[in-house]
Amino acid sequence: MKAAAFDYVRPRNVAAAVDLLAADKGQAQLLAGGQSLLPLLNLRLASPARLIDISRLPELAMTDEDDATVTLGAGVTHAMIEDRRVPDPSQGLMPHVALGLAYRAVRNRGTLGGSLALADPAAEWPAVLAALEAEIGVVGPNGRRRLSGTNFATGIYATRLAEDEIVTALRIPKLSRAARWGYAKLARKAGAFADALAVAVADPRRGYGRVVLGAANGPPLVMTEAGRALAGTRRDPEQLRRAVETDLDSAADRRFDAYQRRLHRAAAMRAIVQVIQ
Amino acid sequence: MTAIRVIVNGAEVIDNVAPRTSLGDWLREGRNLTGTHLACEHGVCGACTVLVDGEPIRACLMLAAAGEGSEVRTIEGFDADPLMMALRDAFHRRHALQCGFCTSGMLITAWDLIRRGKASSAAEIRRGLAGNICRCTGYTNIVAAIAEAATAAEGVGDGE
Repeated sequence: MKAAAFDYVRPRNVAAAVDLLAADKGQAQLLAGGQSLLPLLNLRLASPARLIDISRLPELAMTDEDDATVTLGAGVTHAMIEDRRVPDPSQGLMPHVALGLAYRAVRNRGTLGGSLALADPAAEWPAVLAALEAEIGVVGPNGRRRLSGTNFATGIYATRLAEDEIVTALRIPKLSRAARWGYAKLARKAGAFADALAVAVADPRRGYGRVVLGAANGPPLVMTEAGRALAGTRRDPEQLRRAVETDLDSAADRRFDAYQRRLHRAAAMRAIVQVIQ
Repeated sequence: MTAIRVIVNGAEVIDNVAPRTSLGDWLREGRNLTGTHLACEHGVCGACTVLVDGEPIRACLMLAAAGEGSEVRTIEGFDADPLMMALRDAFHRRHALQCGFCTSGMLITAWDLIRRGKASSAAEIRRGLAGNICRCTGYTNIVAAIAEAATAAEGVGDGE
């Protein structure tokens, strides 16, 4: 199908984009890579009056790095991460994730910020950035603020981003060289959306352990018990398995059926095993 | 209407487009470049794959208006490209197409895989082709043709 008619504007900078978005509250939609928005437009599931094209704003393409963090502009594409054309804070986790995200032709246009702002529950970046404790920089008519990447998504396609705000950058703490990560994506074919997705990160130097599930009938699910067990120095697979069960028991609000629970358990354990082996 | 200036297969094109026109529709209907095929129009099938600024993209998932200032290369723009000639030849001899609807997308995706050195094994080629659907061939001959062209390209590279 073809998209319904809309107006198209390309502001020159982020400030102009914020003004346009505020002026058209509820009517306008930001267009970044468009790899989720264009399907929605073509299928006429979305029909905004106006698209504000922020895909080529220099401010959103910036990257920065200091001793402890890497900052990636919201407009950084999945392919840039895959190819390591931008600094990697994650000891290889983010490039590895990018490689399995959709297809190269999609990764060349789709952006980090767009993925976070859309908050598709089956998407990779919301779970990965929650596991890395990233901070999300946003800007709106009332200025800039920073939000936690851990609870940025609040539901299915729902985030803490206000209607008139734009995601500008992600600030991601660097994993130390001693850190280990595991990643498991269960999908029916290469590049498809995940049926289950787990990220496990342990950075013993910082006493840091995180296990996060994606595709979890809602926002990324932080597995607190598993994360705590993974941060410890004595990591026993049986104890981790029990922690995963406890976390799945505590997630009753996600209403996993028996099959989904098996998938999530398998994904979590595969990711965890990669960390502890 | 939105004014655009785009380089298409090496030639500058100035046009006015309706904002909702996809790059793929504009190439086909505005430029008569019908080698770019649109099928699913939501990014699943890969038939509409073209290069924008040297990288493959879905022409159904990019607005023509957003192409302003870009360089677009469609299947028609590869005529004398040695790697594409090797791919076309291998597709022909290996019987890697039947109806041909997916072929331009397959060729451009394969061209990019080989160029990036991501066609070193059948498994790697299959992963790289996951976003391009063919309903005729069952993929076996497509994978074989790409592997053959990749090997040939490697030989050429070694000689330089």
